[in-house]
Amino acid sequence: MEKYVGLEYLKLNKFQRFLYKFTHFFLGIPDWFKNIGLAIGHFFQKFGLAVKNEVIDLIETFRKGDWKTRVSYVVMGFGNLFRGQIGRGILFLAFEALFLFYMIFWGGSWIGQMGTLGTMGPEKIYDPVYDTYITVYHDNSFKILLYSVLSLFFIIGFIYTWRLNIKQAKISQQLALEGKHLTTGKEDLRSFADDQFHKTLLALPTIGILVFTVMPIIFMILVAFTNYNGALNNGYSNNLFTWVGWDNFNTIFNWQVGGTGYSAAFGEILAWTIMWAFFATFSNYFLGMLVAIMINKKGIKLKKVWRTILVLTIAIPQFISLLYVSRMFANNGIVLTWLRNAGMVSDTFTFFGLNTDPSVPRWVAIMVPRLTVIVINIWIGIPYLMLIATGILMNIPADLYESAKIDGASSWQQYTRITLPYMLFVTGPYLLTSFIGNMNNFNVIFLLTGGAPDNPAASGASGSVGYTDLLITWLYKITTGAQSEYYMASVIGILVFVVISVISLVVYNLMPSTKNEEDYQ
Amino acid sequence: MNPEKEAVVVAETQADPIVLPPRRHVGMRTKNRIGNTLIYILLILMSIVWLFPFVCIILQSFRIESTMMTGYIIPKEWGFDNYVNLFTTTNFPRWLLNTLIISLATAVLQSVMILCMSYTLSRLRFNGRTFLMRFMLVLGMFPGMLTMIILYRVLADMNMTQQNSIPGLILVYVASSGMGYYISKGFFDTIPKSLDEAARVDGATRAQVLFKVILPLSKPIVIYTILTAFMGPWGDFVFAAYVAFNNREGMNVAVGLQSMINTPSGINANYTMFCAGGVVVAIPITLLFLFLQKYYVEGVTGGAVKG
Repeated sequence: MEKYVGLEYLKLNKFQRFLYKFTHFFLGIPDWFKNIGLAIGHFFQKFGLAVKNEVIDLIETFRKGDWKTRVSYVVMGFGNLFRGQIGRGILFLAFEALFLFYMIFWGGSWIGQMGTLGTMGPEKIYDPVYDTYITVYHDNSFKILLYSVLSLFFIIGFIYTWRLNIKQAKISQQLALEGKHLTTGKEDLRSFADDQFHKTLLALPTIGILVFTVMPIIFMILVAFTNYNGALNNGYSNNLFTWVGWDNFNTIFNWQVGGTGYSAAFGEILAWTIMWAFFATFSNYFLGMLVAIMINKKGIKLKKVWRTILVLTIAIPQFISLLYVSRMFANNGIVLTWLRNAGMVSDTFTFFGLNTDPSVPRWVAIMVPRLTVIVINIWIGIPYLMLIATGILMNIPADLYESAKIDGASSWQQYTRITLPYMLFVTGPYLLTSFIGNMNNFNVIFLLTGGAPDNPAASGASGSVGYTDLLITWLYKITTGAQSEYYMASVIGILVFVVISVISLVVYNLMPSTKNEEDYQ
Repeated sequence: MNPEKEAVVVAETQADPIVLPPRRHVGMRTKNRIGNTLIYILLILMSIVWLFPFVCIILQSFRIESTMMTGYIIPKEWGFDNYVNLFTTTNFPRWLLNTLIISLATAVLQSVMILCMSYTLSRLRFNGRTFLMRFMLVLGMFPGMLTMIILYRVLADMNMTQQNSIPGLILVYVASSGMGYYISKGFFDTIPKSLDEAARVDGATRAQVLFKVILPLSKPIVIYTILTAFMGPWGDFVFAAYVAFNNREGMNVAVGLQSMINTPSGINANYTMFCAGGVVVAIPITLLFLFLQKYYVEGVTGGAVKG
């Protein structure tokens, strides 16, 4: 299909424009994948080039270096140490000593066991002194995997430091050759408050992220390829698990008609997760905007009071409000009691359960709990949107409305032609993040329903899958349940990542804010 | 530009209308009046819906004739029994203390982490800056719950779970918090670069620029960061439940109160006590929040606009 530019596009009528955009969206998909592929290829190309340059530089430095620099290749910090930069030299040397010490005594054996994740399980040994059997623990797969990942991190850190040491040796050799001043330890320290200030500020946060986010994520990705199962692991340390390749992914993707296992559960939950994220995001968005417009309308008094009443929901911790609201809507809670007493619902009707009355169609029965959580989520979400929308509505230039009025636009037209496009443009990125946030909205679902009512179509999977379960609550229930199938939880976590990154990529490509940044400026 | 002043201006302009004054003729005015009346009715209805659960929770916390869930709201007998029982017969004081310690420590440490990260990414230029930002964006797409399993094991190894959960929880809340830098980075981005440059020309080091020039201007975002960092652990449920692992000494209020009513028999025995606990927990945090509302609104609004 040809691409229209300018006037050609404007000549089309509404329907043709829609058709045009629609087809182009789907025609564009291969291009995105091509671009992603190109970007990945480009990344590796750049990476390879960088490695090549580093190696060339290493060889050059060795060739041109004096003996002090050359010794630095084996004894780290040597070049600095013997040119008067004692502080740096000692730090390098100490790091090398620490690394070698760790690797020889622990790291080496951990990495050596990584291939099998341990072979000797616990065994019972007869103790002649006390005349009983005692359990002797040998290999512990969890520890082997954890410490080998840590050791790999350490090795990467060591390679980086080693390279840094050679660079430093080269620089100080050059400076000494030219008779220039070498920085002293004191000056080095001072530069951490000035030229190197970013290193000082970033040190703690990045180390924290590396140890408490990156390392666990790598570990859990590896777990997805094992059969690590918490149920066998009573008392933390007697269990062996091993690599199983792609088996766990096969379990999820091996879909059969009428199956009730993981693949059925995953399909059901993924569909509901996306449905939930869509409705939760947009219902809050439009209703919140509406409330903001109402409160900000001229002539409405007590604006602060209305706003404060809504904001109370943000202030009060969610676990209180959500737990309480869930009890209000529960089987003998206030709301249901009132509705039953008023004769508005039948006796079999419940908010968080399936209607047992056989005359009610099944899909209606399923929709009730789902609709309930979406509605309660509106109660939670409107205040945030109200605050955000209030801030943005203030920024819409008043003359836009003025000229629209002169042209005779009704308030509905003003809303659809000015307010809404402006809001959508400005809050595009926010909508995306809130969509993703809702996909992972653990609190609302878990505290309200805990995933209930149970879904018999997914009874074969562990974690007692329910109709309101999101992927994230399912993941939690799997890890805390009786079986604790950590490997399945990891697989689901990885798939959540894949789904979210695909959605982000697609939406990001569609968003006007990223394309025509200057439209509303 | 003075952000403090700006904050005041933002707060004041919010009271202003966006809809222009109608032209002066009678039909328009009556139409407007009907519209406003409708809006008032809607707002009052909304306020009732929004306040209803909170009013209920307060009323039921004073009920003494029955500890179960009931189909009515207004107690038949009033009294402070639930509050007294809460503090004398349960571990609630311990939970409250746990939560307070965790929240205070987290508020301080997490704010330091977030402000360090966001300031650096916003105002300093160095190699690997964009890489770091992209890396954190991708990391953020992994569900955080995935890391819980291993963190629990590691904390258990260091004996920081169950009854010793306080240091463990603080560590977990603080360690990766640098990833939540977006909103405060957006704030730092708005401070004119010329301020830094002027100070640098006058011979200030980068550290001095931060402490003597930027930080005094950043009161709103510092308060916002501390407020959200304090409120996070105050209401956190998932990880606290994981780390406490059913140990009644190591729970925070969220986990403790939930454990009171997570079984049918628990609901029957503790429902009004749970309400009392909810009131005790909610009052200080609500007051604090309403007191600092201005800064919160600014943070939320700015963060959403800048994306």
